[in-house]
Amino acid sequence: MLDDFFVRALLAAAGVACVASPVGCILLWRRMAYFGDTMAHSALLGIALGVLIGLGPSYGVFIVAVAVAILLVVLERFAPVASDTLLGILSHSTLALGVVTLALSGNGHRHDLLGYLFGDVLAVTARELVVIWGGGAACLVVLAMVWRSLVAAILHADLARAEGVPVLRLQIVYVVLMAAIVAAGMKVVGVLLVVALAIIPAAAARAFSRTPEQMALLAAGVGVAAGVLGLFGSLWLDTPSGPSIVVAAAILFLASFAAWPAARSSR
Amino acid sequence: MPAELPLVEARGVGVRRGGRWLLRDVDIKVARREVVTLIGPNGAGKTTLVRVLLGLLGADTGEVRREEGVTVGYVPQRVQFDPTLPLTVARLMTLTSRRPIDAVTEALDETGVGHLLGARVSDLSSGELQRVLLARALMRLPNLLVLDEPLQGVDYTGETELYDLIAAIVDRRGCGVLMVSHDLHIVMAATDRVVCLNHHVCCTGAPAEVVGHDEFRRLFGPRTAAGAAVYRHVHDHVHDLAGDVADGDDRGTHAGAG
Repeated sequence: MLDDFFVRALLAAAGVACVASPVGCILLWRRMAYFGDTMAHSALLGIALGVLIGLGPSYGVFIVAVAVAILLVVLERFAPVASDTLLGILSHSTLALGVVTLALSGNGHRHDLLGYLFGDVLAVTARELVVIWGGGAACLVVLAMVWRSLVAAILHADLARAEGVPVLRLQIVYVVLMAAIVAAGMKVVGVLLVVALAIIPAAAARAFSRTPEQMALLAAGVGVAAGVLGLFGSLWLDTPSGPSIVVAAAILFLASFAAWPAARSSR
Repeated sequence: MPAELPLVEARGVGVRRGGRWLLRDVDIKVARREVVTLIGPNGAGKTTLVRVLLGLLGADTGEVRREEGVTVGYVPQRVQFDPTLPLTVARLMTLTSRRPIDAVTEALDETGVGHLLGARVSDLSSGELQRVLLARALMRLPNLLVLDEPLQGVDYTGETELYDLIAAIVDRRGCGVLMVSHDLHIVMAATDRVVCLNHHVCCTGAPAEVVGHDEFRRLFGPRTAAGAAVYRHVHDHVHDLAGDVADGDDRGTHAGAG
């Protein structure tokens, strides 16, 4: 079954969505969508550096994404500009620097670049699939372990800290999770769209949830549905797979929006 | 037997922000079975002091000591939860620790909001939310209860009830309470010690002692009689723009007056 490229693509998209959407809930609650975007945009630089120092692209992406997140936190404290300005500068300059570095290192063929930017899930290999599901399962275990504390810290950091929740450590945990999602999601929908795969299903799930746990599970479901619908849509219409998945997610969000008033009154 | 150590104690605490002392040379402590109430005008540094005592904010000078392993029940000031995070009252109650549903219901019943167990937090009135937060703090079986303007939005009758409840819980469990309050009526009725703060400790003592003092009469006298919660802060000294005491009239002098 794994010999079929389309089945592999479906499994890869579903695997990434299962983890990306619950983490997307956290981005939504913390209003950090643009922070996630900035981490994702640094991925091209990660690819170039990963290849240059021989670690391979995925590890390069992961390390650079974490480094950019740390840099953001440090700069936010000391730089004399507003944090959205900082995000805008870092997001676009790391993206540009990534493209330039790729070109200099001889990996910047037009085809490769498009694959990195918008994903190339139909080319996913069986080995990559194992990494996605193995890494995804590990991420979900970590997420489940810290979930209760994480929700408490997001809801009211002072209250959580007063009750003994290690808020700073949790921030590090979810930055690392986000970096893992960028590294895995890059293959499926590309660095430009990976945050969409995280936050659109989460936003669609909001109206139908009464608790944070319901929202995370529902978001994962919507993410998987978007992956499946998008891939079949791209097969049917012969459109690029990554953007088709994000379009499917957006359609699901609009549908949830239409159902919002009914959901609100019954729930 | 050695004297019992306080649950939390600050000595000579100062917090400086942007070249201004928010707190300067503050001494305060809370022992078991003691209700300490912090009063003072808006912007006097009451919440800052609470955050320092809880270890949420580092002090620039002085030291803070909390008893090891102390369980804190905390109701922060003016809590507003972001509605993007879906939350029911039941889930809010078990935010940092799992508890059986019976314990949750019992705690909510105690503060009079048992019927709200399944309600969405975003649908609560501010008074209802304060009662839920108080129930949450009490359910943790704290040794130290820290309440920062805990009953904003709760009506007057409800407030009296809830302070009676707090007093009963102090009796039953022997915990210490640090409370920030504007309501002088309540302060007089339910407090062992009053600390009046305006960047530094202006005066402190048992309500009965403090009430007898000229400074306290000038601060609160006529209004207390009317049972009003609003008071004007009157000084026997002047604060300069940085919040420092300008005339050099320091706490040593107040100790006599408070």
